[in-house]
Amino acid sequence: MTGTGQNDYSHRSTNELIFCQFMEVTGAEIVVRCLAEEGVEFVFGYPGGAVLNIYDAIFKQDKFKHVLVRHEQAAVHAADAYARATGRVGVALVTSGPGVTNAVTGIATAYMDSIPIVVVSGQVPTAAIGLDAFQEVDAVGITRPCVKHNFLVKDIKDLAETFKKAFHIAASGRPGPVLVDVPKDVTAHLAEFVYPTTVEMRSYNPVVKGHSGQLKRAVQMLLEAKRPMVYAGGGVVLGDAATQLTELTRLLGFPCTNTLMGLGGYPATDRQSLGMLGMHGTYEANMAMQHCDVLIAVGARFDDRVIGNPAHFAREQRRIIHIDVDPSSISKRVKVDVPIVGDVKSVLDDLLVLLKQSREKSDAAALNAWWTQIELWRSKDCLKYNRSGSIIKPQYVVEKLWEVTKGDAYVTSDVGQHQMWAAQYYKFDKPRRWINSGGLGTMGVGLPYAMGVQLAFPDAQVACITGESSIQMCIQELSTCKQYRIPVKVITLNNRYMGMVRQWQEFFYGSRYAESYMESLPDFVKLAEAYGHVGMRIDKPEDVEAALKEAFSPALKERLVFMDFQTDQTENVFPMVEGGKGLSEMILAEEL
Amino acid sequence: MVRRHIISLLMENEAGALSRVAGLFSARAYNIESLTVAPTEDATLSRMTIVTVGSEEVIEQITKQLNKLVDVIKVMDLTEGSHIERELMLVKVKAVGVGREEMKRTADIFRGRIIDVTDATYTIELTGTGSKLDAFLEAIDPIFIIETVRTGASGIGRGERSLKA
Repeated sequence: MTGTGQNDYSHRSTNELIFCQFMEVTGAEIVVRCLAEEGVEFVFGYPGGAVLNIYDAIFKQDKFKHVLVRHEQAAVHAADAYARATGRVGVALVTSGPGVTNAVTGIATAYMDSIPIVVVSGQVPTAAIGLDAFQEVDAVGITRPCVKHNFLVKDIKDLAETFKKAFHIAASGRPGPVLVDVPKDVTAHLAEFVYPTTVEMRSYNPVVKGHSGQLKRAVQMLLEAKRPMVYAGGGVVLGDAATQLTELTRLLGFPCTNTLMGLGGYPATDRQSLGMLGMHGTYEANMAMQHCDVLIAVGARFDDRVIGNPAHFAREQRRIIHIDVDPSSISKRVKVDVPIVGDVKSVLDDLLVLLKQSREKSDAAALNAWWTQIELWRSKDCLKYNRSGSIIKPQYVVEKLWEVTKGDAYVTSDVGQHQMWAAQYYKFDKPRRWINSGGLGTMGVGLPYAMGVQLAFPDAQVACITGESSIQMCIQELSTCKQYRIPVKVITLNNRYMGMVRQWQEFFYGSRYAESYMESLPDFVKLAEAYGHVGMRIDKPEDVEAALKEAFSPALKERLVFMDFQTDQTENVFPMVEGGKGLSEMILAEEL
Repeated sequence: MVRRHIISLLMENEAGALSRVAGLFSARAYNIESLTVAPTEDATLSRMTIVTVGSEEVIEQITKQLNKLVDVIKVMDLTEGSHIERELMLVKVKAVGVGREEMKRTADIFRGRIIDVTDATYTIELTGTGSKLDAFLEAIDPIFIIETVRTGASGIGRGERSLKA
């Protein structure tokens, strides 16, 4: 997936060739060369005692760029975002002990969303392991539940092969984070460097092709459907299958909904798109999901925020086709009729071939009736909100951002109300444009995510939609942005509350706002300026558009702009499916 | 329906392999009744037998999640077909007076072997299915039991049925 993975020495001189093949080098040098072999562009990291040898080797090379963050958590988030936006493996480098523990939140975030990253951690020297040495932590043990796999490399002879495996495991099958823990003495030892060209693992061979019998059953089921529904998740984005999904959906004329992680997998501005589904999904998407008779789930996992109460979901009879690269995602929360294990792109390609060959056609009359029903649901206009008034509505800011950036920005978000508004009101037409923490729900990811994306795409418009609470969880990264001149645009929807906590307290805790008010907020404009950036405070709805235009104008193209939008304190996210309730039991804005 | 299952698996004999399996069971709140592990004739492989209890859906998830572990090579639910299950137990019992002869007889009935003897105790070695070992413990008066050590079940498929890398 990344880099050539080949030992191609053809472009090097004979002297260099001899140097490459026969000279012993340090473990630190091997680490650096492995990363170069994998075609790594950026390593996000923070030095410390156990990784000093590696940093010394980094100092002497020019194959990749090291980005010094201000906290290890941000290093992993930035590497994670780089992977989400580019599809290539992101790399972070941290020291032992607190370096690793700080990285854990980032690793768990990537794990929950199946993001391919390799985290290299320093470890105390092998002889000191287990003796409670300074900055020692059991890195492999502490990360085990939140990595796809991890390694402790005790022998320099295993170092290069371990890196090869780490990148392979991270990127293949259902992707995920892999940690490689390298003791300090191993980075000082000497060995020849030979990077393997291939990986053979008898215990790890992810399925790519879907089972042909199941594919045929799926085609039959799709063509028989009277009330079909396409439900597409993050797997479509991660598996680079947006083109195939779009073709399939259009060929069949079916409605399509995307999960929070799947936004952009099908163009949101298309008529067949019903928008996002789930706890804060659209009325039409949730109703169609509940009442369809054939459901094709593509790279999605029926999680609790998507289908609500599984017992309620099961009340309606429907047949389910489930395509996923991870067998354990199938029939985990919802029993399915046609399981297809395989790479989403490969399976969709095969389905398309079979559908085009088929002499049968879908039931046009039934489909028409189904669309009539869907349009009725859609006419509820569930995302409407009050546009009049003198207070800025957060939804309005996102809508204007979409207009100003012509729907073509990379948008990162933190976690909470602003995240849901970003997902609802920024219409993503392309995959890998929407970068957020869906599974773990990690506040603080927004700014480091934006950094990772902007470094990958220096000329792109990158917006971080955040709240005044989330932004403060990784705000130190404004310093990193200063150092590397990372010109992201921070859109803070500042309602002086942890908005989603406040919303739940209003609905379910009798409006007792326990500890959800953000008091003593800094002056964000001055704070941004203190870091050498541009700060703006926007108080009135009529100023929103002009401010956004200015922030994205050529004059400020090279600058980080921190925009502090003072938004309505009491605005809530609708529609909403309460925890434990069924998908069709939504609370809509007008019902309150 | 909740049933007892014996799951056999082969995995790479790497450091931390056991903790990956144990961690999976605790993280996902699956039951472990017993777990045994040792290298096979091929020292690069570990063979593990896990006895667990769960509904069909839970057991399906357990086998899928085990298969997902990068170090795991093969997983088989032995209870899906005919199989043999054996467990070893060592029991140290009081053996004095009239009870001494009675204890020997009971051990004989269960085809147990006395492998250590003192004036006042026997140590009995017993092999069989878990339920046979349970039956032995029920057959003797608990006041005589000083100590019990059980290995947990090991299992293997009958006939041609086998688990190979």
